[in-house]
Amino acid sequence: MAIEVRIPTILRTYTGGEKAVTGEGASLSALIDDLEAKYTGIKDRLVEEKGGEIVLRRFVNVYVNDEDVRFLGSLEAPLSDGDAVVVLPAVAGGC
Amino acid sequence: MRYDNLLASVGNTPLVGLPRLSPSPDVRLWAKLEDQNPTGSIKDRPALRMIEEAEKDGLLRPGCTILEPTSGNTGISLAMAAKLKGYRMVCVMPENTSEERRLLLRMWGAEIISSPAAGGSNEAVRVAKRVAEEHPDWVMLYQYGNPANALAHEESTGPELLADLPSITHFVGGLGTTGTLMGISRFFRRAKPEVKVVAAEPRYGELVYGLRNMDEGFVPELYDPEMIDSRFSVGPRDAVRRVRELIDNEGIFAGISTGAILHAAMGQAAKAVKAGEKADIAFVVCDAGWKYLSTGAYEGTIDEAEDRLEGQLWA
Repeated sequence: MAIEVRIPTILRTYTGGEKAVTGEGASLSALIDDLEAKYTGIKDRLVEEKGGEIVLRRFVNVYVNDEDVRFLGSLEAPLSDGDAVVVLPAVAGGC
Repeated sequence: MRYDNLLASVGNTPLVGLPRLSPSPDVRLWAKLEDQNPTGSIKDRPALRMIEEAEKDGLLRPGCTILEPTSGNTGISLAMAAKLKGYRMVCVMPENTSEERRLLLRMWGAEIISSPAAGGSNEAVRVAKRVAEEHPDWVMLYQYGNPANALAHEESTGPELLADLPSITHFVGGLGTTGTLMGISRFFRRAKPEVKVVAAEPRYGELVYGLRNMDEGFVPELYDPEMIDSRFSVGPRDAVRRVRELIDNEGIFAGISTGAILHAAMGQAAKAVKAGEKADIAFVVCDAGWKYLSTGAYEGTIDEAEDRLEGQLWA
């Protein structure tokens, strides 16, 4: 099972400069654990502990096939083979 | 329709059906033409409302200077209203915005402070906050956190949509300050709670996400995720493709961010067709394409247009 994960510039120090990496996992949290095994330290930049629970960091947005995971179950969002995951920092849009 | 002056004519925009892009008579798309506001964008609504509320609160008095971080449309709307009401207007705008937007701002009398391209609107907000500290007498209306921004849509755009389309099932809007979506959703959650509210968020090139660290990230103070049912990230390729489909099929000449919104709306339409459900999907045409002609989004191949938009704040 292969899932392509696009890494934002600011986190590429963890992936040896790679813009996109491949990971595995049936859920977003499993995918993040898989990435952590290969790119030590990246998990801590994506998630944090809040009230005894592991959650996505406030300024981290993750999209599965272009849809925001926060509306798909957040870290429990199910993933399947061939899904495209994009990680982006939350920034102000054009207005 | 007759109005006493230009400011009084803000809002009450047409809602037009899209018979060619709608997948079937049961699943219909509707475009709310916000480009038909006085300065040509949806931002006339929140800009005017923010000024009116600040006047009511006694924050804005004759001769005041208004300061605002903006990538263009809000600044243009504020500049027009400021000119008519006798305020000085100062905009903080990222360098990587189209030249037309600068020309329009200057035409309506606004002064422009440029913020660095890297970091996009994030930097504009940061610079504006610093300028505000240096000039405590200037009034920053701050669209990202000003409740009057959302209120404008809760009390005008939302009710207009329901009046024109009582059978509405979905509303799709662009996510920037989040004011449009928050306000319209707040209206529908009360007036017709089964309406699904869908956000389309433009995905820019890497330059715009060039933060020095994650703590510099930004979520508008107005944003409440409870008000949204789903949120999609749309890149320039899909936005350009859809904006061209809108011209080719329906004759509507929209700005690039509307292409991103249409893309999300078409996604909802496809979903409804697949589920065998009826749907009336309304979305906003935020502005027309005039201000983006120089970006090259409207000519050549999609590949070429996508390349040209790299690094630009196209929405």
